[in-house]
Amino acid sequence: MTLKELERIRAKAQKELAVRGVEISPDSELKPPRPGEVRVVLRNCGQIDPERIEDYIAKDGYFALYKVLNMTPEQVIEEAKRSGLRGRGGAGFPPGQKWFFARQAVASRPAPADGTPPAYLICNGDEGDPGAFMDRAVLEGDPNSVLEGMAIAAYAMGATQGYIYVRAEYPVAVEHLQTAIPQARRLGLLGKNIFGKGFDFDVDIRIGAGAFVCGEETALIDSIEGRRGEPRPRPPFPAVSGLWGKPTSVNNVETLANIPQIFLNGADWFAGMGTEKSKGTKTFAIAGKVKNAGLIEVPMGITMREIIYDIGEGILNKKKFKAAQTGGPLGGCLPAKYLDTPIDFESLAAAGSLMGSGGLIVLDENDCMVDVARFFMDFTQDESCGKCPPCCLGTKRLLEILTRMTQAEGTAEDLQTIEYLTENISTTSLCALGQGSVNPVVTTMRHFRDEYESHVYKKFCPSGVCKGMFHYEILADVCNGCGVCRKKCPDKVIKGDKKVVHEIDLPNCIVCGDCYKACKFDAIAIRPGPTPKSRLPERR
Amino acid sequence: MTTLTINGKTIEAPGGTILEVSQANGIRIPTLCNHPALAPKGACRLCLVEVKGSRVLQPACTFPISEGMEVQTESPKVRAARKFVLELLLSDHPKDCMTCEMCGNCELQDLIYEYGVKETPFVGDHHEYPLDDRDPFILRDMEKCIHCRRCIRACDEIQAVNAITMINRGFRSKVATSFDTRLQDSNCVFCGQCISVCPTGALTEKDSHGQGRVWQTTKVTTTCPYCGVGCNFDLNIRDGKVVKVTSNWNNPVNKGALCVKGRFGWQFLHSPDRLTIPLMKSSLWKEHKGTEGAPSRYEGFVEADWETALDAVAKGLLTAKSEDGPDAVGILASAKCTNEENYLIQKLARREIGTNNIDHCARL
Ligand SMILES: Cc1cc2nc3c(=O)[nH]c(=O)nc-3n(C[C@H](O)[C@H](O)[C@H](O)COP(=O)(O)O)c2cc1C
Ligand code: SF4
Ligand code: SF4
Ligand code: SF4
Ligand code: FES
Repeated sequence: MTLKELERIRAKAQKELAVRGVEISPDSELKPPRPGEVRVVLRNCGQIDPERIEDYIAKDGYFALYKVLNMTPEQVIEEAKRSGLRGRGGAGFPPGQKWFFARQAVASRPAPADGTPPAYLICNGDEGDPGAFMDRAVLEGDPNSVLEGMAIAAYAMGATQGYIYVRAEYPVAVEHLQTAIPQARRLGLLGKNIFGKGFDFDVDIRIGAGAFVCGEETALIDSIEGRRGEPRPRPPFPAVSGLWGKPTSVNNVETLANIPQIFLNGADWFAGMGTEKSKGTKTFAIAGKVKNAGLIEVPMGITMREIIYDIGEGILNKKKFKAAQTGGPLGGCLPAKYLDTPIDFESLAAAGSLMGSGGLIVLDENDCMVDVARFFMDFTQDESCGKCPPCCLGTKRLLEILTRMTQAEGTAEDLQTIEYLTENISTTSLCALGQGSVNPVVTTMRHFRDEYESHVYKKFCPSGVCKGMFHYEILADVCNGCGVCRKKCPDKVIKGDKKVVHEIDLPNCIVCGDCYKACKFDAIAIRPGPTPKSRLPERR
Repeated sequence: MTTLTINGKTIEAPGGTILEVSQANGIRIPTLCNHPALAPKGACRLCLVEVKGSRVLQPACTFPISEGMEVQTESPKVRAARKFVLELLLSDHPKDCMTCEMCGNCELQDLIYEYGVKETPFVGDHHEYPLDDRDPFILRDMEKCIHCRRCIRACDEIQAVNAITMINRGFRSKVATSFDTRLQDSNCVFCGQCISVCPTGALTEKDSHGQGRVWQTTKVTTTCPYCGVGCNFDLNIRDGKVVKVTSNWNNPVNKGALCVKGRFGWQFLHSPDRLTIPLMKSSLWKEHKGTEGAPSRYEGFVEADWETALDAVAKGLLTAKSEDGPDAVGILASAKCTNEENYLIQKLARREIGTNNIDHCARL
């Protein structure tokens, strides 16, 4: 492949693409950009056929790689650092820095005599956060941007072999990669002596078996080596000794998909977006009680209010916003006072949460924060690799306490034990899963302590979630007797004539909540105390 | 040389982990998942220390020292963290030390004692696994397992068998064979390396149960009688009888590793069937001595003395050679002999008797 050939393919493909157009599958989760969005990583998704490398080339694909191969690796690292790009996989570590360390490590060892690669580049496509699917969108919609990013990263750090680790739950992503990689090889964009510059690089796919912890880079390395994925203590860092003991850089899908754009448009262009310490854009998967949920890409520094109320079009059913859970299961719940905080790595961390991979779950007044904490703890406990007691047993004990609290069995002592557990788990666990597992509990305890206390002291779930800890009451001064609740009640225990205030026959109410959801006039309130027939909590 | 301070004391060391440097300087740091024969894993979090500048506590067993590093191994924060981990471990551990085979020899018990963890503040589930006695030699009581993974690493790093691993995740994780089968249905070779490194009573020698506490037995280092490799191990002796074989990690021959025969095949020592005196056929004895001889437990055999027995053998061999030629004799040597002994037997066959009929059973 030469520059001339690449230009020829681009010209032909551009014409052909203009005529053919691209059909976006109607069930695609990725909607066209909404006002306020800036698409860098997602720019090609839905705009090109991901199974044709020519389409990607039509969008200037692989021109960045050509440019990079005419620079020295040191210049590439410098440019990546100057762009201010930080890793999108969670920790926010600058990839240029990572490549620099790996490059140093390669230089400090003798070249392998057995013909094995001197270093490896791994693309982390494990994306295990429940509800997050940004990396999937990129891998499915624009696999070549990730391959090009990988080649650039490999050149910078001195790797000749790359692996893309994709979870088995993403069959379409795997399929598109299985198409893209041979296509790139055929055009000489992967393989030996790329662009005649003496740079060799090839990529293979490794499919993960669906463990959240395998997204943690050292566990991921174990998994690629064919072992059970369990985090390793650091040091040694993967950049020094990673896959099969070689210098290894693990970079996230979204991080890598940014790279070609940075080299096409220049570091200054990229650094022009975002905040002082968090440059560029970030994809978010908005979910929960928001009208317009889905995948978005926005400049760093945007506020939560803009995301939720402008792009997300506000809270469903005119309910009140209570909190946003950012950063996935290891992130935190931020209350309304953070709505105007700019979203970047520092601000989120300062608020006790995380950028994480970009999950954003919107919670409203009918979400119980104790139950939310329990939900995430259930997830992390299930996904703990079981290697270290603080995480394996500590999260189990936390989960048990939170479960008791949501079943009206919490005690004052439990509140203290929660604090004892969270403080210690976060400082004694081996990896970021254990250390971060307490964040949902810590942030909800910090910002919604009244809810915890209500569960413990009053056995009352004010959000109306924890079964057996509340009942409904129709407010006589609000009810206009429309009768909707009466019709919805499955057990027919609501009495009342048309246009007359209705009443719930409490001894027979099963507290299913159908009336509460149905009333359009906010005439049904949540009150302390169970009814005799409150559905008993499920025993866990 | 790297200079660092540990508990305020300036120390110079050529390199290594915080644990290694501390041990070399007489500073004890508690450990559970660490074992001198295994690569460090950083799993149990008992060896956590404070490293200045680090947000979280760091495991001494894996953390390399560096220039100017400041380490605290006994600060209140460190001790509290270790106590926390022990409380968690205790919250999922059967408290039956009185009847536990490992009582007095258990690293968990020692640390619980040292850190004074009387009660655990955590109430909740604990594992309930039936005692796994489906296999010969090895008894598995997985309720006592603290997930240190020493057994897994021994099976992998020392024995290279990989019969056991961790299965499941979270609270359900467990040391098991693939699909949680009996050991005999896995590729386990019953070398018992896993038992030798287990810090608790989770893995124990089946035949030694109830036979003696660690302080009731004395250890005698000896060489395995089974084969020519000459592995060393410790016989654990109570009241003059061997009750168990344990690894001797300090010997240069096998460095603690053993095979199924050496570790578990010691019962013959006290077997009433064991031959301790040479026996001769009654007729042969009569032929040599002209008397009836001392009757033995075995019909047709009398108890002989070595002199008479060896004389008879020598005479028999010479007669065979002179009457029917050297090739009328064949010699089968044993793998229980050392290489030197086998060399000598071969000399006996080739030079003294003059035959090449010499062979070896090659295995036990
Ligand atoms: C429990 C856990 C799960 C993780 N899952 C992912 C993941 O699914 N994808 C990812 O890119 N990074 C994940 N990470 C972060 C990785 O360890 C690593 O920091 C990241 O892949 C580095 O890439 P980056 O520098 O481009 O962000 C996870 C970390 C932890 C602790
Ligand atoms: S913190 Fe949890 S996931 Fe991480 S190593 Fe420990 S047990 Fe495994
Ligand atoms: S007895 Fe030996 S082979 Fe069997 S599980 Fe234990 S260490 Fe592995
Ligand atoms: S069985 Fe013993 S050695 Fe193996 S993990 Fe459990 S406690 Fe550790
Ligand atoms: S001894 Fe260091 S973590 Fe277990």
